[in-house]
Amino acid sequence: MRLQQFIMAQLSSTLLYIAFIIYLIATLVFALSLSDKKNKQAAYTKRWGRIGYGLSIIGFITQLGYFITRWVASGHAPVSNLFEFVTFFGMMMVFAFIVLYGIYRANALGVFAMPIALLIIAYGSMFPRDIAPLIPALKSDWLKIHVTTAALGEGILSISFIAGFIYLIRVVDQQLSSKKTKLIESIIYLLLCVLGFIIISAGSAAFHYETTFSWKGTKGEKLENVYTMPALIGPHNGEQLDDHFGPLVDAPSWINGKNAPKKLNTFVWSLLAGGVLYGLIRLILRKRIAAAIRPRLMNLNPDFIDEISYRSVAIGFPVFTLGALVFAMIWAQAAWTRYWGWDPKEVWALITFLFYAAYLHFRLSRGWHGEKSAWLCVIGFVIIMFNLVAVNLVVAGLHSYA
Amino acid sequence: MEKITCECGHVNPFGTEICEACGKPLQNVDSTKLINMRYEGGAVRSQTYKKHSIDKIWNFFSSVKVGIWIIVLILVAAAIGTIFPQQMYIPPTADPSTYYEEEYGTLGKIFYLLGFENLYGSWWFMLLLAALGISLVIVSIDRGFPLYRALKHQRVTRHNSFMNRQRLYIEVTQPLALEQLKTSLKKRRYKVKEENGNWLAEKNRFSRWGPYVNHTGLILFLIGAMLRFFPDMYLDQPLWIKEGETLAIPGTKTEDGQYYLKNNRFIMDTYKENDPKFAEALKKSSADIPSNYQSNVTLYKTKKDFLPGAKPELTKVKDYKLRVNDPLEFDSFSLYQVDFKPSQLDAFSFKLKRKKTDETIGEFTVNLANPKATYHLKKGYDITLKNYYKNVKVENNKELGSKDNNPENPLMLLKIIAPDVPKGERAVLGIQKNFELGQNKYRISLSGVKMKNVSGLTVKKDRTLPIIVIGGLIFMIGVVQGLYWNHRRVWLKKEGDRWLIAAHTNKNWFGMKRELQGISEETGMPVLQDQS
Repeated sequence: MRLQQFIMAQLSSTLLYIAFIIYLIATLVFALSLSDKKNKQAAYTKRWGRIGYGLSIIGFITQLGYFITRWVASGHAPVSNLFEFVTFFGMMMVFAFIVLYGIYRANALGVFAMPIALLIIAYGSMFPRDIAPLIPALKSDWLKIHVTTAALGEGILSISFIAGFIYLIRVVDQQLSSKKTKLIESIIYLLLCVLGFIIISAGSAAFHYETTFSWKGTKGEKLENVYTMPALIGPHNGEQLDDHFGPLVDAPSWINGKNAPKKLNTFVWSLLAGGVLYGLIRLILRKRIAAAIRPRLMNLNPDFIDEISYRSVAIGFPVFTLGALVFAMIWAQAAWTRYWGWDPKEVWALITFLFYAAYLHFRLSRGWHGEKSAWLCVIGFVIIMFNLVAVNLVVAGLHSYA
Repeated sequence: MEKITCECGHVNPFGTEICEACGKPLQNVDSTKLINMRYEGGAVRSQTYKKHSIDKIWNFFSSVKVGIWIIVLILVAAAIGTIFPQQMYIPPTADPSTYYEEEYGTLGKIFYLLGFENLYGSWWFMLLLAALGISLVIVSIDRGFPLYRALKHQRVTRHNSFMNRQRLYIEVTQPLALEQLKTSLKKRRYKVKEENGNWLAEKNRFSRWGPYVNHTGLILFLIGAMLRFFPDMYLDQPLWIKEGETLAIPGTKTEDGQYYLKNNRFIMDTYKENDPKFAEALKKSSADIPSNYQSNVTLYKTKKDFLPGAKPELTKVKDYKLRVNDPLEFDSFSLYQVDFKPSQLDAFSFKLKRKKTDETIGEFTVNLANPKATYHLKKGYDITLKNYYKNVKVENNKELGSKDNNPENPLMLLKIIAPDVPKGERAVLGIQKNFELGQNKYRISLSGVKMKNVSGLTVKKDRTLPIIVIGGLIFMIGVVQGLYWNHRRVWLKKEGDRWLIAAHTNKNWFGMKRELQGISEETGMPVLQDQS
């Protein structure tokens, strides 16, 4: 029994790793498929697109293998902690991409969807990966039903962001620097911050970096925490208990929870690393990143991309509502005695719902197509990410695992 | 307010933009711009009547722009409420007027001063929700009925200027392979209607009702949520019940009796550290991880005509293992396992000894929740409870009182009556306390403590649930109906030796064009041009 579980758990991690590599290759293949030549129907575009799509499907099946083996090893659906949920969300994004590529055959979608899904999966892998037991409130069939449907809905909605983002890079004039070009660059910068976070986390883990601080909390209680990234920012009036690289500045006094200074340090590291990455890329390209990508998208018809973006919302919105609100309410009624309780995660699911409802009204009744609609999709993705990351890590609530 | 008679003979309501029957534009007749197909050009009340103050209110709430604003305002308000925890999520003993400032500083204080600690129950948030409800009702009536009328009256033959002002349109002189075309359209689930050689191929008209269906669902949902505030619709009561105790379940008195509950046992299980599945995670966790909270309970019911106060005659209804995620349902009530207090004081056992000889006279046990007035030990020896504080506290620096009714820190003044001390001796006993008042011959000492777990349960009744469920269901049906299908139409009109072909879809033009492309490949029908 013990051995079988051990093997399953090992197999599961290996499959996730392989899926990750396959996604990476698929990204590169899709990137190769984009032509900046005038002849749209270039045979190689089609061929590389087909290979990229095939690889995405194989990667997805491999990750599904990870999911199933981990389920077998733990005895419950592996969507119960932040690592499991975020990687599953990445998988659902790949799945949504596979479906929408199946309809529209847009290679550009792969060039953006695959690396962002990769980024999300890698981000999730930075959280503790142990197979953890379920607390009583999570022991319900609704765990798998609610969480998987909600993640699928969010995955499909994310594709609307991907398409919207492609639309913006394709359409926004890059001749001059404007508010729009700056916003597009900031989206790219934020994505690079996630990459930066992953690099710093993985790097610190590889060197087994650790440093411990001790300080006094608001109520005078003694707090202690172990930083796993080099300390740029220490706790307010904190004492470092070892002689590792040590804080350049102290956190302001109001950032004083047990984990708060550590999170601030991580946050600052991510912003810095993102900045370095962005700076390096700009240095190599010698122009805005979006300006460098744009010529490769000129063969795309903007209306076509706009359609994909809208279609993803049209498909994803009902799925999201079903998973994140309807199933959530049914479960909440059984587990917490009420179908709705204004818990932060619930509220942010409602906000996501309201936002896309507003989007649909803007689009269907007020004719917001194209650029306006694309910007809305960007905001929608920010809301989804906020609910996924910030509500779990910053706002405390009933849902906050990890 | 006159009705408009079109040249085709159809009488349209005042305000109609496109004749319901033949499709001739009734306004902007000479324009060559594409016609606005929203609501099929039906007479929408809010676009037609703009004079009265009632019209103005109607038009305000029927505006999609206003609707979106209401959605956005609710969205922003909801987000603000998550900046700091709502009052219901702060520790129940904390005082909100100081808690927010202590925990979150100045921002916390502002949050509290603005009343955001109960944001979702505030009058203005309720008002926003009400505005959303009104907007949903009005917008649905305003647009739904004209749209229904227009689609019901549409004729196969359409006016030329309806045809050539559609987004997808072509005019050809070549003959069409009509039989093949019909097969091709039917294969794609179009219903083909013919009239004087002209065609209307239509599919998925029901998708147009999607928005109205989902709005109806939402309205029902909001009504359901509102009904909670009416009497007898909703009950939410805590019930703390100790092991071994039998209590009336609050709020569950019905016409045929009152429900009672006995808590036989409370169980908390934790994961074993050597659990092979979770070994790694458990090793890292400093505390035990619970795997199960469970109260083994028995549900009882009294007879129909029971008298309050009298000792009830209980009939057993059923035994149940009450766990998280598995409530006990009876009548319209549900009982949930939500909390527990481990090892609460239940009883003290005492020994009475004669000091001189250390001889034990007798033993007695005081039930801390329901103590007796007198304990008879043996002939001539009685212990009387003179004063008892369940949860002792000192009031005004001298007097004793009890904080509440939970025997968490009991203190008792006992009187010992023995044959040789008929007037009695007095002693004070409590947790880690044992004084004698005077020079006593007898001594009482603690010989045992009995602890019991207390289960925290919640009794719920929610008669609004059926409406909520039906509302939610209708909403989901409406959303899927409106978003997963598209209403598509293709018109063919024979005009001498020419064919006018037009097509319309309410959304997803890419799909429509692709469908026409497919039809064109199968039948040789020319590909329609996108005039937008």
